[in-house]
Amino acid sequence: MAKTATAGAVSKEKVRKKKEGQFSLVMKRLSKNKVAMAGLVIILLLFLVAILSPWIMPYAYDEMNMAERFASPSLKHLCGTDEMGRDIFSRLLYGARASLSLGFLATIISTILGMIIGSIVGYFGGIVDTVVMRLVDILQAIPGILLAIAISACLGNGFTNTVIALSIGGIPMTVRLLRGSIMGVRKMEYLEAAQTINCSSVRIIIKHILPNSISPIIVSVTMGIGNTILMAASLSYIGLGVQPPTPEWGAMLSAARTYMRDYPHMVLFPGIAIALVVLSLNMLGDGLRDALDPKLKQ
Amino acid sequence: MEKPLIEVKHLKKFFDTPKGTLHAVDDVTFSIGKGKTMGVVGESGCGKSTLGRTIIHLYESTDGQIFFNGEDVTHVGKRKLHELREQMQIIFQDPFASLNPRMTVEETIREPLELSGKYKKNDLMDETQRIMDMVGIDERLRHSYPHELDGGRRQRVGIGRALALNPAFVVCDEPVSALDVSIQAQVLNLLQDLQAQSGVTYMFVTHDLSVVKHISDNICVMYLGQLVETTTSKELFAHPLHPYTKALLSAIPSIDIHNRKKRIILQGEIVSPVEPKPGCRFAARCPYATEKCQEPQQLREVAPGHFVSCCRVEAINS
Repeated sequence: MAKTATAGAVSKEKVRKKKEGQFSLVMKRLSKNKVAMAGLVIILLLFLVAILSPWIMPYAYDEMNMAERFASPSLKHLCGTDEMGRDIFSRLLYGARASLSLGFLATIISTILGMIIGSIVGYFGGIVDTVVMRLVDILQAIPGILLAIAISACLGNGFTNTVIALSIGGIPMTVRLLRGSIMGVRKMEYLEAAQTINCSSVRIIIKHILPNSISPIIVSVTMGIGNTILMAASLSYIGLGVQPPTPEWGAMLSAARTYMRDYPHMVLFPGIAIALVVLSLNMLGDGLRDALDPKLKQ
Repeated sequence: MEKPLIEVKHLKKFFDTPKGTLHAVDDVTFSIGKGKTMGVVGESGCGKSTLGRTIIHLYESTDGQIFFNGEDVTHVGKRKLHELREQMQIIFQDPFASLNPRMTVEETIREPLELSGKYKKNDLMDETQRIMDMVGIDERLRHSYPHELDGGRRQRVGIGRALALNPAFVVCDEPVSALDVSIQAQVLNLLQDLQAQSGVTYMFVTHDLSVVKHISDNICVMYLGQLVETTTSKELFAHPLHPYTKALLSAIPSIDIHNRKKRIILQGEIVSPVEPKPGCRFAARCPYATEKCQEPQQLREVAPGHFVSCCRVEAINS
């Protein structure tokens, strides 16, 4: 008798325990994936570094020391110095701010805009679809870097304008990806079921369509951030985008290209920093896609 | 006679396709009494599902009228449509496709309750539990996702969602054809029990004749978008009058080896439902077809309560 009572209590407990939010469930599944967790930890560390950089960097990022130009890595300058004798390590730490925020902001803005357009186009179809997709075609026909150059040349330099320039180029990709993904679920009967229980179009898109078509977007976002950081670098190289002396990884890489043969450490360390971000984002993205899919649960 | 719950008059649903207009449902007239089950049978692609979906306003009808409780609901505004949909629901054929894979059992069943706005937050939980009990889903499955359930349980979830708001009319769109035979019986019994409890009216779309015989009070036989014969279930199986119905019923496998029925094998191909010619659509395959069959056919009451759409019905059956 007592035994069955306990069993009942246990099963009740189990039922209650399972009633956690979606977020904590996803996090729980994600935490089992070691690779993804490593990616997440690296990303978080980089963010921490970016925030704390003014206090932890050994030199000021713009402190020039002409006597120590092109110094090789040593204990004094962990990653060596650049052509103006600035400490590369300090510049990397501080540069994380510009690089990460540019990469994340621009990608997130373009993804959100792309998702709004993509879900409207994918769900309603018809003439809206035809018109918007042709516009997207036109936008996509222009090489991304040219588009970014054109926009930032129009808007002028500066952080905000760079973000705008970089986000517009990313929209067509997201729209296309999401539209294709939505096409796949649009004929599913659960959408008709949602209609019969009086779901509004907005609710159908948010609750029934997006959760089932968003996984390619999540992966593309994580990969896109790395891409955007590189694109931002190209912009700074030709004098657009973030302006010196503010350090930015891509700009550091571009500036060091001239000296690559004689002082490889100048390209090596910014390169490693960018590679680290892209790699850890990819690891996180893969894990996130799996964690978000209930079908792959254990 | 009691007033019918659902009445459909000359209902038409056409689809525009690149090849021309597809006549999915063409001039269908019938009615279903309160608490009764109307079986709709016919081969694949004859417009059974389209008919059901048009009645519950998932598709806009092209022409004709739909009456619900005596009220013309063919064209209704948004607000009225919302009210109507709480009264008219649908159970889908494929329980794999009809449940959102990202929503748990509880979320799926709770959604219609939530959207109706009739329940307070605290009551939602209890009401969801009541419905889960009603359709026979164990409490431990509350937070399971559809892929964790077998076909029968999924279909129960689908039934729970459809019946959550206690609708008066439910279209069952081949609800058991995707299930194992043993599960089919369970689900059919569940549907019948629920009907006995709440007095819900079913329109039961299927191509499985043994199922339809088991569950329906009345039966409509459809061929290529048209209604060819309608009467009570008993009468139809005892005295099929339309040549198509005869052929259809002869295809039921018989276990009586002494009294084997002769199987009527139809010749020819189904004509295309795109831009069909006027006249009986079955004429191309009908062994009794004459010149007169090329003219439009009328649904006529041949015997009391037995309607047939065939100009030669007397000649064939005398």
